[in-house]
Amino acid sequence: MVGTTVTDQTSQQQTPTVVPPRLEVSEERRAGGDEDFESLPSQISVHNLDFFYGKEQALFANTIEIKKNRVTAVIGPSGCGKSTHIRTYNRIFNLYRDQKARGEIMMDGENILSSQTDLLELRRKVGMIFQKPSPFPMTVFDNVAYGLRQHYKLKRGELSDRVEHALKRSAIWDEVKHKLNEPGNALSGGQQQRLCIARAIASEPEVLLMDEPSSAIDPVATAKIEELVLELKSNYTIVIVTHNMQQAARVSDYTAFFFEGYIVEFGPTTQIFSNPVQKQTEEYITGRFG
Amino acid sequence: MTTTVAQAGNTGQMRRRPVAGRKLVDRLVKVSSWIAAWFGIFVMGFLVYEVIKRGIVAINWDFFTQPTPQDATMTSGGGMANAIVGTLVITLCAALMAIPTGFLGGVYLAEFGRNGRVATMVRMVANVIMGVPSIVVGVFAFGIIVKPVQHYSGFAGSVALAFIMLPVMARTTEDILNLVPNELRESGLAMGAPRWKVTLGVICRAARGGLITGATLAIVRVAGETAPLLFTALSSPYWMTGLFGPGGFFGGPVANLTKTMFDFSGSPYSYWVQLAWGGALVIIVAVLGMNILVRLLFQRGKEW
Repeated sequence: MVGTTVTDQTSQQQTPTVVPPRLEVSEERRAGGDEDFESLPSQISVHNLDFFYGKEQALFANTIEIKKNRVTAVIGPSGCGKSTHIRTYNRIFNLYRDQKARGEIMMDGENILSSQTDLLELRRKVGMIFQKPSPFPMTVFDNVAYGLRQHYKLKRGELSDRVEHALKRSAIWDEVKHKLNEPGNALSGGQQQRLCIARAIASEPEVLLMDEPSSAIDPVATAKIEELVLELKSNYTIVIVTHNMQQAARVSDYTAFFFEGYIVEFGPTTQIFSNPVQKQTEEYITGRFG
Repeated sequence: MTTTVAQAGNTGQMRRRPVAGRKLVDRLVKVSSWIAAWFGIFVMGFLVYEVIKRGIVAINWDFFTQPTPQDATMTSGGGMANAIVGTLVITLCAALMAIPTGFLGGVYLAEFGRNGRVATMVRMVANVIMGVPSIVVGVFAFGIIVKPVQHYSGFAGSVALAFIMLPVMARTTEDILNLVPNELRESGLAMGAPRWKVTLGVICRAARGGLITGATLAIVRVAGETAPLLFTALSSPYWMTGLFGPGGFFGGPVANLTKTMFDFSGSPYSYWVQLAWGGALVIIVAVLGMNILVRLLFQRGKEW
């Protein structure tokens, strides 16, 4: 079992306007765990990822391996680049002209940051759940069918079967099966978020990005989402950004601790929470800052 | 008080300001804004009251079915039907030209151009055009349409009105689309849908209530315009006779409510003046009615 600890190594020549914190570069080290990190297949391999908001650099030389069919939690204080980081995986940041990413994000043998990447196809493979539930202004059914219609040619019967299947997998079918033709935004906040998960998984992505998926909903709904994450990881690779460290500890296999744009520490969740290598990680998870 | 703050300088006891003066100012501001608000409502009510009082006597079956009287000696019969039809046709044609164009322009500004150089320029031009006096727009339409073909036409009137509506529609569309939160754009794009599909199928759909309200208000705004029609549609005592030829929409002057009111209200014949008041009543009721209707229908327009 290997936990890699990644800190700033190569970013100094990028003339960042943000002065990066001085962190000790620690050796790669072995850690306790019950699986062999190296031999697990990676879904996404990030290497030396830098990110810029205009001239301001927000991510510095991020390097991380996202393992297939595992849950990777991304934690760290506000403004440390957690969301920025996962928003590169589906290149959603491309919506904004002044945002730029540089480096390498390998997925299925391709660098998705390349200009040749087909964004529509990339986003079919990489679904995303946002902080605020954002059902489309259409019926529950059409919400879930949106991606299916977008990416597949389906007969009507198959379409409704798949919509039903996605809603069942998202543990919301029983609550909405009589409301399929009602507007999606008539549901409660927690239901809306599970609807968004159903919408994302309906078109069968490989990766699910979750950007603080439970920060806008109540504890009961949060528990449901967490159960769902554990349930979904057998089929999907999940990357979840969270402010809630208990949540990270509960749902994730691996945890990356971000601080001021750097990945300070990355390793098995059990190790990060019980025996972190970096002082900053320890201070953060014990609540001394952040 | 025995404060023992040992910090620098001026932290001793503070001298109180009297309260009475502030209370008085508070009351003055409250009362004067109350008066100003009610004065506005009073003016509006007074206007509506006068128009109803004077116009209601002109409203009868003939008013909506008969064309304007050509004979000054008439004291009954005759109506405004040709002018009402003309106004509807001219306004509708203007809307057909300006609403789709303005909508797409607004979509460009909000979704694609954003803060780019082109969008900034377009936005500024639109704002300037919105401030141009409507009579100038009328002269402009006269120059580009009436002058070359050497005759007035209803179509020229529509062009003038469309020119007024276009920037209004574009800016309204932009403002409304800007109200749609970015999360919805990101969610749509994150599904792997192309930008145009997200824009039309998700963003505009989320904003549809506001967009319909905006379009309706743009139409209502120009329906009561007079100045742009002075040099374009002019007016006519006859029915519009189809599209082409001297009495047609493209071929000659077309009767319309506002210009007819303008002519009749200045005439020496009391029956004509009465009809003009009737026209004013119809316009006010239509404009107010449309305003209230769309606001009621789409007040909950923020469904996203």
